[in-house]
Amino acid sequence: MPVDSVFPRLEPLLPLVHKPVQYVGGELNATTKDWDDCPVRWALMYPDAYEVGLPNQGIQILYEVLNEQDGVLAERTYSVWPDLEALMREHDVPQFTVDSHRPVGSFDVLGVSFATELGYTNLLTALDLAGIPLTAADRTDGHPIVIAGGHAAFNPEPVAEFIDAAVLGDGEQASLTITAIIRGWKDEGSPDGRDGLLTRLAVSSVVYVPAFYEVSYLPDGRIQRVVPTRPGVPWRVSKHTVMDLDAWPYPKAPLVPLAETVHERYSVEIFRGCTRGCRFCQAGMITRPVRERSITTVGDMVQRGIAATGFDEVGLLSLSSADHSEIGEIAKGLADRYEGEQVSLSLPSTRVDAFNVTLADELTRGGRRSGLTFAPEGGSERMRRVINKMVTEDDLIRTVATAYGSGWRQVKLYFMCGLPTEEDDDVMQIAAMARRVIKTGREAAGRKDIRCTISIGAFVPKPHTPFQWAPQLDWQTVDRRLRALKGTVTHDREFGRSIGLRYHDGRPSIIEGLLSRGDRRVAPVIRKVWEAGARFDGWTEHFSFERWEQAASEVFADTPVSLDWYTTRERELAEVLPWDHLDAGLDKDWMWQDWQDALAGGEVDDCRWTPCYDCGVCPSMGTEIQVGPTGRPLLPLSPV
Amino acid sequence: MSRQPPGPPPPPIVQRLRIRYAKRGRLRFTSHRDVARMLERALRRAQIPMAFSAGFSPHPKLSYAGAAPTGVASEAEYLEIALAERRDPADVLAALDGALPPGIDILEVIEGVPGEGPSLAERIEASYWQIRLPGVAPDAAEQAAEHLLGMTEAPVQRATKDGFRTVDARSAIVSLRVGNGAPDGDVVPEIGACATLDLAVRHATPAVRPDDVLTALRTAAGLTTPVAPVVTRLAQGLLNDTSPGDADLLSDPLG
Repeated sequence: MPVDSVFPRLEPLLPLVHKPVQYVGGELNATTKDWDDCPVRWALMYPDAYEVGLPNQGIQILYEVLNEQDGVLAERTYSVWPDLEALMREHDVPQFTVDSHRPVGSFDVLGVSFATELGYTNLLTALDLAGIPLTAADRTDGHPIVIAGGHAAFNPEPVAEFIDAAVLGDGEQASLTITAIIRGWKDEGSPDGRDGLLTRLAVSSVVYVPAFYEVSYLPDGRIQRVVPTRPGVPWRVSKHTVMDLDAWPYPKAPLVPLAETVHERYSVEIFRGCTRGCRFCQAGMITRPVRERSITTVGDMVQRGIAATGFDEVGLLSLSSADHSEIGEIAKGLADRYEGEQVSLSLPSTRVDAFNVTLADELTRGGRRSGLTFAPEGGSERMRRVINKMVTEDDLIRTVATAYGSGWRQVKLYFMCGLPTEEDDDVMQIAAMARRVIKTGREAAGRKDIRCTISIGAFVPKPHTPFQWAPQLDWQTVDRRLRALKGTVTHDREFGRSIGLRYHDGRPSIIEGLLSRGDRRVAPVIRKVWEAGARFDGWTEHFSFERWEQAASEVFADTPVSLDWYTTRERELAEVLPWDHLDAGLDKDWMWQDWQDALAGGEVDDCRWTPCYDCGVCPSMGTEIQVGPTGRPLLPLSPV
Repeated sequence: MSRQPPGPPPPPIVQRLRIRYAKRGRLRFTSHRDVARMLERALRRAQIPMAFSAGFSPHPKLSYAGAAPTGVASEAEYLEIALAERRDPADVLAALDGALPPGIDILEVIEGVPGEGPSLAERIEASYWQIRLPGVAPDAAEQAAEHLLGMTEAPVQRATKDGFRTVDARSAIVSLRVGNGAPDGDVVPEIGACATLDLAVRHATPAVRPDDVLTALRTAAGLTTPVAPVVTRLAQGLLNDTSPGDADLLSDPLG
């Protein structure tokens, strides 16, 4: 049966809301397929506003991969702002996809990508608007299977009650495997209904189905154990890893938004994974091993991507883009190819070293040199040893001197506050470093109008990292340290006016901490805070710490756990962590040892260029590091 | 120290093209900024050899004649583009239309010769709008229109990002006629009656938009609109001397 578009009912509401264009779809490269021709139908959601969700690489990749298949359709849905949400409730319009404006509740799968835990309340809004029961156990055969993906899915326990399944790791092959299982199950007449499908998915270990695991607790609140409750369901569920990125050159023709969005560029991942070993970095830990995309594939993808979209900016993405074994050749090749063509090139996520300045110079040949960004992360050298970010202050000063000397006017430096073992002085040293940056920069540039912007975020310990056992610093101390730093910079008469300082208060990070390392007992807090009106928690203007604190204290009253218990409490090696049955490939003993090394200020090298340090990924996943060089040039182009 | 970008100056302008395009269906919810971004990308994708401004961040040379507001459809939007290489206007029409999403449709491309005749902006002084009012009986609309036309001025408040400002919705109206539009599939079927307004408005500063006229009809003349009206700009141009309301009320800016 075809499913009717809700657009005729939505359209009269659109003149009444802010930026209606975000709800109309119709973007260049959007795909609509016939409903009845496709036995498997995915709704893909990024649980934030269109302007943030549309550029998301994960959604764009899966959208193309799935729509390329015969008999499969994928449409997108994003969070609606509260103004439209109110009108949709008033006029009984359900959560819809922007492609064909089909009701999300009619699809087989609702796949939700969580880049951040602060999107959890938006999932509840979407489920509720879609008419899907919030609690997975209340859903019936007519409801979609709700699957979480993205980095937050590596600990989906706080939302385990609301989702049917979670996919760990790379989604390209996994989404096709899930599709094949659904198709087979439907072809057989959907035996045993929803439960039958979830059992097939769980037994195949392509996804983690929380309902098939039972969690028991010790009297003091810690987890006693997590056990599967059905035969054939694996004790541990492993992540998916796409080994050959050249075989998956997506996105080929990304969506070109009608509305303004946060990134408007053709982005190509030049590699996945990172073995720099920064101890705070969840992305670096859970995406191992390093897998490079070859220079020729990168060159082809950029050429086709620009032709398919008309974007005038290309982003070379990865966790540390300058680490690609042929990045110099890629940068030069692209700069040569697009010289004089008004296409700009950018390289986000660069580490602190002079080679990056050379690269950035190449990418901005003849263009404006406005700002360069580096991330020393730790304010003092001691702090940087603790987090294994091996940058000395002299390295940094040499790097910025090179940058200002070659015409860059502004340098942005990213730091974190609240790292394990941090003391007041570690944060205050950021001010001293910024002074040295400006002093050296003025000499190198030969002018005084240069700037340095310091951006500081509060550290949140994340699952599957060596800091997963660490106590999170309370927000009061974070705020006090940042205020003190601000005072010092503001009162610096000689350099203060050249230094900008940006930070947010530490309270949202405590909630992020609760959701990051929480377990299933956190779900009622999420539900309560959502019922109290929480929406768009990643947006400062919508976030309310008091609302979260209130919900947590009500839910955790008379239990051994609390907001502090989940956040500022240090864990022991023996404690069962909520995500221990989810396998990112990392050896727990290695991570514990790395945590102990961190406390002792010891460093580890990058295993791409030095011997293996036994994090466990390669042997446990049957994978290996894949780096070039290939020795091939970016040119010639393949014919399009 | 020199702030000039290195390299030779951009190539000179060799051709100017004047373009009429439409903004239709759900793409009427695009803002002017959205349309401008879309057009710039489409020009790049269609490989139209645009002329660029000089400077550190060169921009393609485009100029728009007053754009229809967000939420308003149009059959008559205009812009002029400058090229660094000559192209056949018919080829540009096909290539550019093919590179735009359906709903932003290129209708006409002609060559403009600088120095000969008035500029595009000088060829436009008024707009001709059609407004569909689902759920409004033509009689009720007629009464409200008569009331408004009988007033000498109709100040209305419009919300802007700097607060409210007042515009006179009456003085810019050249003509306003009420018709009966059959309910169509685009609006809620159970609404039934549907009045239409044919409205010609002179461009003035501050601009009077169809929304302002609707506000005047509601506040000063007591009209109620149960469903959001659907507005389409049908033409822009210079006012002819023929009787108001004729289809050729406005002269064709590309004619």
